[in-house]
Amino acid sequence: MKTQTQTRIVVVGNGMVGYKFCEKLLAKAQNKADFRITVFGEEPRAAYDRVHLSAFFAGKSADDLLLADADWYVAEGIELYLGDPVVNINRETKTVYSHHGIAVPYDYLILATGSAAFVPPIPGVEKDGVFVYRTIEDLELIQSYARTARKGAVLGGGLLGLEAAKALLDLGLDEAHVVEFAPRLMPRQIDDAGSAILQQQLSSLGLSIHLSKSTRQISGDATMDGIDFTDGSRLDVDMLIISAGIRPRDELAKRAGLDTHPRGGILVNDQLRTTDAAIFAIGECALVHNMIYGLVAPGYDMADVVASQLTGELKQFRPFDMSTKLKLIGVDVASFGDPFVAEPTCRTIIYDNKAKGIYKRVNLSPDGKELLGGILVGDAEQYNMLLQTCKNKTVLPPDPEDLILGSRGGEEAAGAGVLSLPDDALICSCEAVTKGMICQQVKEHGCTTVDGMKKANKACTGCGGCTPMVKDLIQGVMKEQGLYVRNTICEHFDFSRQELFDLVKINKLRTYGDVLNQFGHGDGCEVCKPLVASVLASLWNENILEQDRAPVQDSNDRYLANIQKGGTYSVVPRIPGGEITPEKLIVIGQVAQKYGLYTKITGGQRIDLFGAHVGDLPAIWEELIRAGFESGHAYGKALRTVKSCVGSTWCRFGVQDSVTFAIEVEERYKGLRAPHKLKSAVSGCIRECAEAQSKDFGIIATDKGWNLYVCGNGGSKPQHARLLATDVDKETCLRLIDRFLMFYIKTADPLTRTATWLNKLEGGMTYLKAVIVDDVLGIAADLEAGMQELVNNYRCEWKDVVETPELRKRFTHFVNQPDVKDPSIAFTPLRSQKRAQEWTI
Amino acid sequence: MLTLSITWHMACHTNDIPADGGACALINGRQIAIFHFARRGEWYATDNQCPHRQQMALSRGMTGSHQGEPKVACPFHKKTFSLRTGQCLTDDEYQIRTYPVRVENDQVFVGIAE
Repeated sequence: MKTQTQTRIVVVGNGMVGYKFCEKLLAKAQNKADFRITVFGEEPRAAYDRVHLSAFFAGKSADDLLLADADWYVAEGIELYLGDPVVNINRETKTVYSHHGIAVPYDYLILATGSAAFVPPIPGVEKDGVFVYRTIEDLELIQSYARTARKGAVLGGGLLGLEAAKALLDLGLDEAHVVEFAPRLMPRQIDDAGSAILQQQLSSLGLSIHLSKSTRQISGDATMDGIDFTDGSRLDVDMLIISAGIRPRDELAKRAGLDTHPRGGILVNDQLRTTDAAIFAIGECALVHNMIYGLVAPGYDMADVVASQLTGELKQFRPFDMSTKLKLIGVDVASFGDPFVAEPTCRTIIYDNKAKGIYKRVNLSPDGKELLGGILVGDAEQYNMLLQTCKNKTVLPPDPEDLILGSRGGEEAAGAGVLSLPDDALICSCEAVTKGMICQQVKEHGCTTVDGMKKANKACTGCGGCTPMVKDLIQGVMKEQGLYVRNTICEHFDFSRQELFDLVKINKLRTYGDVLNQFGHGDGCEVCKPLVASVLASLWNENILEQDRAPVQDSNDRYLANIQKGGTYSVVPRIPGGEITPEKLIVIGQVAQKYGLYTKITGGQRIDLFGAHVGDLPAIWEELIRAGFESGHAYGKALRTVKSCVGSTWCRFGVQDSVTFAIEVEERYKGLRAPHKLKSAVSGCIRECAEAQSKDFGIIATDKGWNLYVCGNGGSKPQHARLLATDVDKETCLRLIDRFLMFYIKTADPLTRTATWLNKLEGGMTYLKAVIVDDVLGIAADLEAGMQELVNNYRCEWKDVVETPELRKRFTHFVNQPDVKDPSIAFTPLRSQKRAQEWTI
Repeated sequence: MLTLSITWHMACHTNDIPADGGACALINGRQIAIFHFARRGEWYATDNQCPHRQQMALSRGMTGSHQGEPKVACPFHKKTFSLRTGQCLTDDEYQIRTYPVRVENDQVFVGIAE
């Protein structure tokens, strides 16, 4: 039925779901003018991201959390009343009345009133120091109270409770406790064993966890001072956050005579209509399929269902998957499908590694063919694949344990990859984007970037968790279509890094300007400039600040130092193998004293000096160089450090002189620039005290020679190095490292560490060995010659700067007042040294 | 509406600013980043402060273009700003001030509205 005039829509509630409804309705409307939308919100500010509320304590402002600013509502023609809840609905005249007395008639009314925190009737909840965790106002109250509090607790160990507990840690309280009634944490998502691992991880991060605790009362006079439990025990705390679940806001609906559930929630059917056909309810206030959906993704789906119906499309709300994945204080937790189904209705595979803090459980159908659900704690990398396998009832591989353990035999990863999913597999659950929709964008509209996909169908714009899968899908479809997947650099160069590397080499180009003129177009950018700078350095090893190269270097390389908070720099002199004389140690101390620097020993057996003004850098280096130091290249995507254990010269277990070899290795490769930083280590015996197997290339002494390992990595995704050669002598070892490093430099994508490079290398370790050790490509001699040339060209770049007035004069803050330091730089004292002043956000 | 009068301040010599790069000048107590877009023979001046974390660093950023629009990337977190309008190109909510630049006899002047 089409009316002549506009359809009048009133939305009660300006939370995430209410906002999403407006966005979806306007997107689906043939003509935006078909609808006149009025929104009433109870809170004083427009809809904000409640899912990431705890980011408020980690430094985000209330404005950062806004989903859209006031301008958006104006631009879309939405009338927005904030701080003005609707108090009455007259269903006869189809009019709503607000607290401030505004009356607005509607054709359709959308109730998106959300939920409030459920506060259990415990004696003492009214005392000062007791809070709930729901709105930005709640957070502001908590923040201000926490300034004088020392110990805090959260009542409720569910998802939101643990978020709140993280907030207590962020606020700097001495003690943060979590009290849960159930015998485990996150009782709706994970099982006892998973909870045990999570508890262990959270405890090590400073949270005290109390399970199976029933609260008798909150003690204290007007102000709380502790919690008494029914088992007679007690917890002394100054403040308490209650996070015991949610209560749907259905009071307005009730007053209007709509049907509600005795335990809360506005009753709606599959179309999300209430008992009045002109009134819908969506989000956490709605009771559908006999349940309240307390997550944002199903709320967004409800917004979509109602917006579709109002624009003439038939749609129903179907039971929504409640799988979740989140990072709690740095610990991954995920549950999907039916996490709790137990034998004999299913077969369960469990991996429980207490040492590493990882727990994984998958539930299979009795015939072992289908994945019913599961739980991941500590490592949720496989979540997306498992969720898709579960939802799409994909037939499982013959060894289903590979799903959680990874394949342990060959080189291939478990599972058939994202391309094997059916077209209706939901990839982005926030925006309901399926695999088919993404593939179609690639195939029919030539959309081949994540940014393009975001614009086309909003995939990846919610939580962002699906981004890796979207990337894989884009590349997969392109490959499938026989399209050459061109990993081009940016809008200025239609080449991959590897192609450009070869072109620059063959044409012997030495400046960025030459490379851009011959092979690029436009003016360059912050992506291609450092990339070309790195390629030039890897090919010719000329001073990176000479000719036109200074302004194309990345932030740190530009000033040959690491830029830190506040705009000062840190300085790391090279200390090969970690060996240093007392005289040189004294010089470092004197320089630090003279220039007021904060000093710290690094993980790479060197000393880092922080807080240097840009104008002081040349003078600092002049003094260090005079004492025999050289640049440590801590600022570059370059060889950093070769760590060593003390080896056979002092250690009673050592079988070879690891320090001497480490120094030789570091001296050979110092200054070598690569697609990413390079770290190395040499251990003097099998005990591996130098941790060589976590390095890009690592050497371990044997009683017959040296074992060479490559492609290891510490960092956020640690990976052990793989054995490349056994019992080789020093010369052979260096020759193999020459080949390995040059092959990596020549072929790796920008900013790819050796471990990731190997993971992507077709043929994996077998192929790498064939190229480096057996020289199947016949390039070994070239690679070695290339490295020798770089080694011959090495000069300490800081020595060049110190001695060249033209280069030296660029190290000032004010070009018109070279002796004036940046007056905005400020420090605060810290443990008899100093630190950079925290930046304002 | 008021008409603002622009005062031109001598900032530095053209040699002081690296080609296709920038440097910071102190003008009346204000930190101003000056950029020489040598490929196009253009000059730009903006605030030196990046509004994202209030760092005095834009002059040390990399210049370049995005679909022809001249821009600079902050060295801290790579927020990029149009050198023409000062609008942040990677995050709508940020904006920096821009100033007119004049070059005469190898000297760079920055215009500040008083």
